Amino acid sequence: MADVNITLDGKKLTAPAGTLLIEACKNAGIEVPSFCYYPGFSLQGACRMCLVKIEKVPKLQTACTTVIGEGMIVTTDSPEIHQARKSMVELLLGNHPLDCPVCDAGGECELQDMTFAYGAAESKYIDIKNHREEQQWSPVVYFDRPRCILCYRCVRVCGEGMDVWALGIQNRGVASVIAPNKEDHLECEECGMCIDICPVGALTSGAYRYKTRPWEMKHIDTTCTHCGDGCRTTLGVRRADTGIEIVRGDNRDKSGINGDFLCIKGRYAFDFVDNEQRIKQPLIRKDGRLTPSSWEEAFELIGRRFAEICGREGGRAIGVIGSSKTSNEENYLLQKFARVVLGTNNIDHHRTGDFPAFARALAGKLDATASMRDVFKAPAMLVIGNDPTNQHPLLAWQIRNNVRLHRSRLYVINSQPIKLRRQATAFAHIPAGSEAKLVALLAGDDSVLDVLVSENTPREALLSLRDRLRGEQNLVIIFGAELRGEEMARLVKVGSAVSGAKFVCLGDYANSRGAADMGLYPDLLPGYLPVTQGKTFREEWGGLPDAPGLTIPQMVDAAKAGQLKALYVVGANPVARFNIDPFAFAKSFVVMQDMFLTETALIADVVLPGANAYEKSGTFTNTCGDLQLLRKAGEVTGTKPDFEIIVRIAERMGFDVRKLVPFGGGMWADMGQSRGAQSGEADRHSVWLEAHGLETKLSPFDPMAILDEIQRLVPGYHVSRRTLLSGTDQHTRIGGPGILHNPELIVPANDDLFTSGTLGRYSRALNSVLENQRRKPVETEVAAD
Amino acid sequence: MADLVSHPDEVKIVSKRFGQGATDIDRYLELDGYKAVQKALGIGPDALINEVKNSGLRGRGGAGFNTGMKWSFVPKQSPRPKYVLCNGDESEPGTCKDRLIFEHDPHSVIEGVVIAGLSVESHVGYIYIRGEYRYLSNIMQKAIKDAYARGFLGKNIFGSGYDFDVYWHGGAGAYEVGEESALMESLEGKRGIPRIRPPFPAVVGLWGGPTIINNAETLASVPHIILGGAEWYASLGPPRNGGTRLFCLSGHVARPGVYELPMGYNLKKMIYEVAGGIADGRRLKAVVPGGASTPCLTAEEVDVPMDFDSLMKAGSMLGSGGVVVLDDSTCMVKFALRTMQFYQHESCGWCIPCREGTDWLKKTLARFHAGEGVKKDIDNIQYLAENMLGRTFCPLGDAAAMPTIAFIKKFRKEFEDHLEGRPCPFEKEGVVKQLPVFA
Repeated sequence: MADVNITLDGKKLTAPAGTLLIEACKNAGIEVPSFCYYPGFSLQGACRMCLVKIEKVPKLQTACTTVIGEGMIVTTDSPEIHQARKSMVELLLGNHPLDCPVCDAGGECELQDMTFAYGAAESKYIDIKNHREEQQWSPVVYFDRPRCILCYRCVRVCGEGMDVWALGIQNRGVASVIAPNKEDHLECEECGMCIDICPVGALTSGAYRYKTRPWEMKHIDTTCTHCGDGCRTTLGVRRADTGIEIVRGDNRDKSGINGDFLCIKGRYAFDFVDNEQRIKQPLIRKDGRLTPSSWEEAFELIGRRFAEICGREGGRAIGVIGSSKTSNEENYLLQKFARVVLGTNNIDHHRTGDFPAFARALAGKLDATASMRDVFKAPAMLVIGNDPTNQHPLLAWQIRNNVRLHRSRLYVINSQPIKLRRQATAFAHIPAGSEAKLVALLAGDDSVLDVLVSENTPREALLSLRDRLRGEQNLVIIFGAELRGEEMARLVKVGSAVSGAKFVCLGDYANSRGAADMGLYPDLLPGYLPVTQGKTFREEWGGLPDAPGLTIPQMVDAAKAGQLKALYVVGANPVARFNIDPFAFAKSFVVMQDMFLTETALIADVVLPGANAYEKSGTFTNTCGDLQLLRKAGEVTGTKPDFEIIVRIAERMGFDVRKLVPFGGGMWADMGQSRGAQSGEADRHSVWLEAHGLETKLSPFDPMAILDEIQRLVPGYHVSRRTLLSGTDQHTRIGGPGILHNPELIVPANDDLFTSGTLGRYSRALNSVLENQRRKPVETEVAAD
Repeated sequence: MADLVSHPDEVKIVSKRFGQGATDIDRYLELDGYKAVQKALGIGPDALINEVKNSGLRGRGGAGFNTGMKWSFVPKQSPRPKYVLCNGDESEPGTCKDRLIFEHDPHSVIEGVVIAGLSVESHVGYIYIRGEYRYLSNIMQKAIKDAYARGFLGKNIFGSGYDFDVYWHGGAGAYEVGEESALMESLEGKRGIPRIRPPFPAVVGLWGGPTIINNAETLASVPHIILGGAEWYASLGPPRNGGTRLFCLSGHVARPGVYELPMGYNLKKMIYEVAGGIADGRRLKAVVPGGASTPCLTAEEVDVPMDFDSLMKAGSMLGSGGVVVLDDSTCMVKFALRTMQFYQHESCGWCIPCREGTDWLKKTLARFHAGEGVKKDIDNIQYLAENMLGRTFCPLGDAAAMPTIAFIKKFRKEFEDHLEGRPCPFEKEGVVKQLPVFA
């Protein structure tokens, strides 16, 4: 739009026509206070804090509802304006309980800040304040009515942002009150966005309330460890006798790919960290029983047994199972450990999306993957399969808000009436399992129509959907695990008929994509390079096994046949995920590292207490391929990051650790001692070191040393390290040739909003919500269609 | 049914059919009913708007905006349907004129709505009647039904080929809904909370379509203008204040009631002659000239013509025509409290200054009147009201603030007389101590 000339506090400026005055002020570096105005949501004009003087207009005007006009002359601060704002704060404080010393928001409260800014310190009223008792609306949401200043942000984020509409306003006048949708409680997605967006302490979190003061915590920005979307989450961390205590997860720093968004898991489900069932000491099976031991004893045993087996039968007698929740550096290190130290390609992980087939389908089209930020900007989106609202909450948020704020067109194709259909321009309800047929239809094969048509979706609807899709540009195509193998190539072909089409292949866990990118496959090296083509890796590593290794089911068979002498499981629970017969590994030496004694512990000979993503540094790659930093929040006494454990085992096997982790400048004396080596401080420190051209790799336990190698060797990972370290996401590319796998190896996680694989079982918050739902059956869709 | 009053100075136009049985459609037709709309059908939109503009008719709801001007803001072309809305949510304390129109002359409102519709080429009108006027909605329903039965509404009205539908809608009991955009929210089935403007209703109104919204008395005046002509109507009042107006005289007067007087009629004369002076031989203390939201005038200030401009000059407003007369037995603190109780109860709660301000004013005044006031309260009341003024989302905040400021400024002494534990000098039986109650 054309620019408009305005004068703000004497400064002559231009801004695009249609800009709200409050935004124009913000862009000009002038702060205009507001409670009710929140970018991206509907305008309210309710708090009257943003009153400004516009020349030739008699009354003060709200900057949040005024669109700038040509020649507008605005004063944003004057004695009159200051007094108007001061009186608003005085009025709010009139009924506001001054319980700031105990309020959760104390220190982070916008009302406190405004009181400070406008000096509304004198209490003008001597009458009794209005009071209402506090209410608990759900296991995780509490409402303290007297603190509420009725800015209606919660109502809008829930309705407009989440499309849940669980909050509304009851009564009128001074009795107005925010109220939940079902009498006295919330039936919603429990995302807690209402709490985050509340400018005061009216909405508080069941997990956090009255636990601490904000300034007693350290605030660590890291990446959420639950689903594959990779939201930035800020952990509030306190020191505790066991090491650290994470007291809060929230989204105060809104610069991440998730903007304002965080779901229940990112906000509350960090509490598995201090679950009492967490193991904090290595366990060795003695006389059939897992018995506590020392780390030294465990490393000695594992090193000796692995070395023995390798020496006697070669690496093919050992299987390695990696994780979708460990960092890229750990995954890379693990496959390098398998291939270089053990000398085997027997490495696999729990696959939730067919990324190798995706790589094959893209066939080197480097710009054909969409980032999470792209999804929010795309003029049109096609979602095939999956239920993003439940399985990819951030993706669903991006899609929904792209439709709402940018009028993007959304096409949904699903066998279920998923919630996103409410934002859809067109929704095709197809029979379960016919997603591949639909791709064929989109590719122009009309013979599949008979299979696809149903009462809900007539022939014409499908054909018109196809026509509309063909007319789109810059379409983002998002698909779930319903599409695998060859079908993906067909879909990419359909997409390439649309100019500028980009794709998102969905994987379910926090680092599912990273695990695939880092080559946790028996036949693929990092970057989707088939093991037979790994020239660069072979040269770098000084050789690697040629023959493809065993998949997880093959490992089970090999173990049954007595050929697999050892199994090394890192952060995975294959016994539960693949329904493995526990006796299959009766004769194998099984080592696992995890936080909990999961089903896999039944078959383990050694259990090592691992750290989780909140307790380590490194990177995650989300389902879109966005690379993001993990920042270590702290350590829990007794546990070790998987990275360190792998290095330690290699060292005990007599391997030269420098060949595994190309670190420099560190000393052996560092091992296990350098507390800072993996801490957030070290990462930030490394920015400085790097900027000064100095060595950043301090010890063999520094994941940054491996990240160097990843960036050097893995196609698609040549991103700016400095941008990454500054906390910004970097979109990676898929460049490798990929491969076709047996589609049955893909086992979707099928998590919903309140479950998170094995991890979710140890979260009190998720369990309390699930328990609460069992007590009161919930209508899954809360708003009228 | 309210008793009708009359006075020789009255110029009966809007009220000319009062008490004539005009709720009956045949009787209405005998009394020149539906002639204006038939005339209007042959005039054409632009000429209609000009006629109303030239008549000097100004909005009778309180704001006094030129009606024809308002209509002319409606765009000629619109992708969405245009609407005509009759605001019958009469709730300003002291105002009871629309009630008589609905009760005695419902067809004139329908006729006004149809003429307004013709002027902007709309085909749908809504008559929104205050929730508390439930009995009047029966009368209006019957009138609409009768008009449909005669072919005056619906398809092809009066055989003209023009379609026009009229619906009635009842409120749920909220003063705030008298504000035009809140009324549209209410009509759409939402909470009665005003909208952000611009856009104004003439461009984006009901259901997003261009909308004319006028007070019932304004619309009921329109047929008379069409029949009598703009010049005749304008000549009834002073310049720029065309026509007559229904004044609702209440309070301590001998003959309270609704009188139709020309615009610019002297207030003093209105009180002492038309309404028969102060009742029981007492003395005049103050007058609220245009409904509870207008600043009061003292006994010395009442010699003023009752038109929009003159009252503005006198520091008050003509408002909705509700003239409340107070004699010297009235406690102004109690009157201020009663006024504030109303606004506190009716505040919709949307914006901070109105929601919180009215509540604190009520609490403070209640305590004050009960003899528990402290000196700083008086300044606080004024400070509160002045900080609400002009800063609220809609005019309700102003409506609460303006009279309060006037009470303090003009009757400060009376407030001071309540101080230091002294009981209210006007309460013979003593004051019941009011405990703060969370409304």
